[in-house]
Amino acid sequence: MMRAEERRVAFRAVTKSFVSSTSSVTAVGPIDLDVRDGEFLCILGPSGCGKTTLLRILGGLEHQTTGDVELSPIDGRTPTNAMVFQEHGIFPWLNVKDNVAFGLKARKLGRRQRGEIADTLIEKVGLGHFKNAYPHQLSGGMKQRVSIARAFATDPDILLMDEPFAALDEQTKILLQAELLRIWEETRKTVLYVTHSLDEAIVLADRVLVMTNRPGRTKSIIDVAGIFPRPRDVEAIKRSPEYGLVFAQIWEALRDEVIAHAREPGA
Amino acid sequence: MSVSSNTLRLVSIASPVLLVVIWQACASGGLIDTRFFPAPWAVAQEGWLMVKSGEIWTHTGISVVRILVGFLLGAVPGVIIGLAMGLSPLVRAIMQPLISATFPIPKVAILPLFILMFGLGEMSKYAVIAISVIYLVIINTYEGVRGINRIYMDVGKNFGATRWMMFKDVALPGALPNILAGMRMALAVALLIIVAAEFLGAKAGIGYLIWDRWQIFAIEKMYVGPMKTAILGFLSTWLFDLAEYLFMPWRRQDSNR
Repeated sequence: MMRAEERRVAFRAVTKSFVSSTSSVTAVGPIDLDVRDGEFLCILGPSGCGKTTLLRILGGLEHQTTGDVELSPIDGRTPTNAMVFQEHGIFPWLNVKDNVAFGLKARKLGRRQRGEIADTLIEKVGLGHFKNAYPHQLSGGMKQRVSIARAFATDPDILLMDEPFAALDEQTKILLQAELLRIWEETRKTVLYVTHSLDEAIVLADRVLVMTNRPGRTKSIIDVAGIFPRPRDVEAIKRSPEYGLVFAQIWEALRDEVIAHAREPGA
Repeated sequence: MSVSSNTLRLVSIASPVLLVVIWQACASGGLIDTRFFPAPWAVAQEGWLMVKSGEIWTHTGISVVRILVGFLLGAVPGVIIGLAMGLSPLVRAIMQPLISATFPIPKVAILPLFILMFGLGEMSKYAVIAISVIYLVIINTYEGVRGINRIYMDVGKNFGATRWMMFKDVALPGALPNILAGMRMALAVALLIIVAAEFLGAKAGIGYLIWDRWQIFAIEKMYVGPMKTAILGFLSTWLFDLAEYLFMPWRRQDSNR
């Protein structure tokens, strides 16, 4: 249990069931989880264990069936969040600039102010020459850059990232991970990052949450921040002897859950 | 077998021309009864006379105005209702049974009722066009919104989009390809309906022209009417191609990719 003043998000005995007319499936929980203010938390677990559901509950896209999600207020207001979706998350009918400014428009900022903030973020993710391009003119990596810029543009207190790089090729992924770290270091927002990749979790996370097979609960939490201090150098981490040890530690927690998932009917 | 795009373009121009040539040949050669199928040349001459006298513009103009006003009266609320149905389960629950029940009614069948309600003037024409257009637009718009990838709704919700933004920045552009497709069909139906409506209670317009010439057995002149609707139909296709280009810039194929 962490001290209340360090905490940004707390899940308390949260469960989520999906009910259809014929059956009810508990996808998540009960799960208890504290997320520290300014920490980068990666969430790993077998498919269908409810990783994404946790994000969607925080993002206001779903509501938990039971339990509480507590957000520690910042200066008396509820913390804001923004989500970076898997591929296809940016609007095909808006150009890069309007996509990045979308959340600002929702917050009723004036056109000029929206434009200025969007321009800054677009430069930051290296898409300065593509402001007026439409998504179909962009590569997969560029689209996810737009998605990241859009999330950072609203200056959220919590960033929710749902396998943002899963659909990208390995080389692009490495570049984008390093870029994400660079942008994140400037603001140190609280991040919840869902991934299937152990490698990605080690490179990015302060802590890694390993979830059990469905219904997803906490299997174990592995501290990475103590081993790899920030700011991080992605290549140096991969070269270090500690990398293999952390990898083995995470895999040990995850392996049984993945096997359990693989033995389920229909898996 | 592959055919080059230039060849295809040429063929699609040549095929209607060829049809007219065959028709003309048959008429000149006495193979068809020119009392019913006058030679294209004779129709063209009649048409030219009507162009010179200005008669053709009056009738076409009147029909076009009726179509445009009726189309707008049907299409604008059609889009709004369709979007609302797509976004709101409540609106959907209210509208869907009403639409399913009334859509199959032939809209020309309501024309006598409209004439009773609005008189023989323009309003009854606008109304019958509007009612024919609105269904196609509602149904296509609604399907368009339903077909939008869920993720865009999630993005809108997560970023706190207002109801108006969900309407204007998510649902409308997302459904736009379907909306324009629906409008294309609706405009074609409007052409069909206006001619039928003008047969009955009109003193001018393309339909009136056809009916009037039929009554006096001026067959060549009668043929000018359908020719005009064909030209209007062709123009409307071109107009919608232009609209798609203008309103959906994200669909343009670009060359400097």
